[in-house]
Amino acid sequence: MLQVVLFNVTNGLIIGAFYVLMALGLSLILNLSNVINFAHGNFLALGGYTAFILTPYIGFWGALLVSPLVTAVLGLIIERLMIRKVYNRDPVYSLLLTFGLAFIIQDVCRYVFGPNGLPLSVPDAMAAPLSSDLFFITWYRVFNVTVVIVAVAALFAFLHFTRVGVRIRAGTLDLETVAALGVNVRFLRSFNFGLGCMLAGLAGVLAGGQIGLNPNMGDDLLMPSFIAIIVGGVGSLTGTLIGGLLIGVAAALTTVVWPSGSEAVIYIIMAVVLIIRPRGLMGEEGMLT
Amino acid sequence: MNSATTTTIASGRRAFDSRWIKLLIIWVALLTVPLWLPLLGGYTALAGRVLVLGLAAMSFNLLLGFTGVMSFGHAAYFGLGAYGAGLTLKFLVASTPLAMLMGTLLGGVAGAIVGLFIARRRGVYFAMATVAFGQIGFYIAYTWNDLTGGYDGLRGFEREPLSLGFTTLDITNNGTLFYYFLLFVFALAVAAQGLMLASPFGRTLLAIRENERRARFLGIPIERHIWLSFTISCFFTALAGSLYALLNNFADPMAMHYSLSGEIVIMAVMGGMRAFWGPLVGAAVFVVLQDYISSMTVNWMSFVGLIFVLVVLFFPRGILGMFQRRGAE
Repeated sequence: MLQVVLFNVTNGLIIGAFYVLMALGLSLILNLSNVINFAHGNFLALGGYTAFILTPYIGFWGALLVSPLVTAVLGLIIERLMIRKVYNRDPVYSLLLTFGLAFIIQDVCRYVFGPNGLPLSVPDAMAAPLSSDLFFITWYRVFNVTVVIVAVAALFAFLHFTRVGVRIRAGTLDLETVAALGVNVRFLRSFNFGLGCMLAGLAGVLAGGQIGLNPNMGDDLLMPSFIAIIVGGVGSLTGTLIGGLLIGVAAALTTVVWPSGSEAVIYIIMAVVLIIRPRGLMGEEGMLT
Repeated sequence: MNSATTTTIASGRRAFDSRWIKLLIIWVALLTVPLWLPLLGGYTALAGRVLVLGLAAMSFNLLLGFTGVMSFGHAAYFGLGAYGAGLTLKFLVASTPLAMLMGTLLGGVAGAIVGLFIARRRGVYFAMATVAFGQIGFYIAYTWNDLTGGYDGLRGFEREPLSLGFTTLDITNNGTLFYYFLLFVFALAVAAQGLMLASPFGRTLLAIRENERRARFLGIPIERHIWLSFTISCFFTALAGSLYALLNNFADPMAMHYSLSGEIVIMAVMGGMRAFWGPLVGAAVFVVLQDYISSMTVNWMSFVGLIFVLVVLFFPRGILGMFQRRGAE
C-alpha cells in the first residue's frame, strides 16, 4: 500500500511538474499581454519534435538545450506575424487566433511526422530505475523533476534580478505606466511570448522522453494548466506554481482510491477555490477579474 | 439642428426598411432550402446542420455580442442538450418533444449552476473559467461508458414521429419534413431571442456591454444580469444541442469538446457578432466550408484553422459587420 501511495505521489509530482511548466508559460503570456494562448500545447509538441529531429546530430543533451530555444524562435515569429496584431483588440480575437493556430500546428505536425507516436530516445543510464524497491521511479523521472525545479528557479530569478524580468513583472501590474516610463512594450511582449514558448518547448522535450511524441501530446496538458492558473490566481506566477503542483498531486492521489475520478478531482478543486476564494489562492484583488 | 433631425429620421427609416428586407431575404431563403439546395449540390441534412449550429451560435451571441462577455465553453451545454435528448429517447420515453424538453433542461440547468461560479469573472478570466467548466461535461461523457457510450458516443435512439392529434408528422423518415420541423423550432427560438433583446432586459444587457461601470452606477445589478444572460444563452444552446441529437440520431463526446466551443465562437464572429443574424450567416458559411474542405482533403484541420486566422486578421467585423459599416458611412 505504501508503495502504491508513494508511486502515485511521485507520479503526481511529475505530472504536476509538467502542469507547472505549461501553466507558467501560459500565465506569463496571459498576465502581460492578456492573451490566452490556446496553441501552447502545440508549442510543447513543436519542442518535442524539434528534439526528435536534433537528437541524432547533437544527442539528447544537446537537444534538451537547443529545442526550447528553437521553440522560442518559432513562437517569436508567430507573435511577430500574427498575435501582435490583436493585442489591442477585444480578447475574443486573440482567443480565436491562437485557437486557429492550434489547429494548424497540430495538423502540420501530423502531416510532417505522421499521426502515430514517435519515440524520443533518452540516454540508457536514465531509463534504469533507482533501485529494485523503487522500481517505478526511473532516473529519467528524477531528472525531469530536477530540470523543472532548476528551470522554475531560473525563471523566478530572471524575473526578479534582471532588468527585463523586472519590467515584465511591472508590466503585469500596470502596462500603461511601464510604457509611459519609456519601456519598449512591443519588445517586452515579444520577449515574454518567446519566454513562455521556451518553457513549453522544454516541457515538450521532457514529456517526449517519457511518453513519446504525437501531434496532440500537449492537448491533455492544456486544460489542467488553465485550472492551475485559475486555482493559483490569475496574475500570480507563484500561485500558478502552487496550483500546478496541487492539482497534479491531488489527481494522482485520487487515482489510488478512485481511478476514474482523477480528472474529476481537478475540476472539483477549481470549483471549491472559485467558491471560497474567487480570485484564486494567490491572486491579487481586482486583478483581471 | 432641423437638418440634423431630418437626417436622423431619414436614416432611421432607411435602417427600418433594410431590416425588413433582410428579414424577408433570410426567411425566404430558409423556407425554400429544399428547393434550391439540391440544385447547388447540397443535401437537406446539411441545411439542418446549418440551422442547428446557427441557433447555437445565435444563442451564444446573446452573451458575446449583446452582453459583452465571452464564453468559450458553450459546447458543454450544446452537448448536454444532445445527450439529454438522446438519453430520454433511449431510456425514458419515445417522444421527440419530451426529449427536446429534457435536453434543454439538462443543459440549461447546468449552465445556470456554472453561471453562479463565474458571473463575477470578466474578460479572459471568464473565458478561461467557462472553458474549464465546459470540459467537465466532456470528461463525464467520455468516461461514463455504461450510460453515455464513452468515446464511441451514444447510439441506439431515433427521433420519433410527431403526433399532433389530428395527424402525425413522420419526421423520422421524411428529411424535408424534418427540416421544416427544425425551421419551426428555430423560428420560435429566434423570435424569443429577438423579443428578449428588444425588451428592457435586453436593453440593459446592451448597456452592460457598452459600459459596465456606468451601468453599475445606474444601480443595475450587473452580476445578476450576466448570470441571467448566461443562463438564458445556455438554455437556447441546449435546445440547439437537443435538435442536433435528433438530426444525427447520435450524440458524441466531441459535441462537448472545447473545439466545438471555438467553432461556435468563430461562427458568431465570422458572421458579425454585432448583428442579430450574423451568427446564422457565419454558421452557414462555416458549415458549408467545413463540409466541402473535409470532403476534399484529410488535412481539413489546417484549413479550418486558417479560417480562424484569416477571419481574425482580415475580417474581424464579420460578414454582416462589413455591410453595417458600409450602411453607416
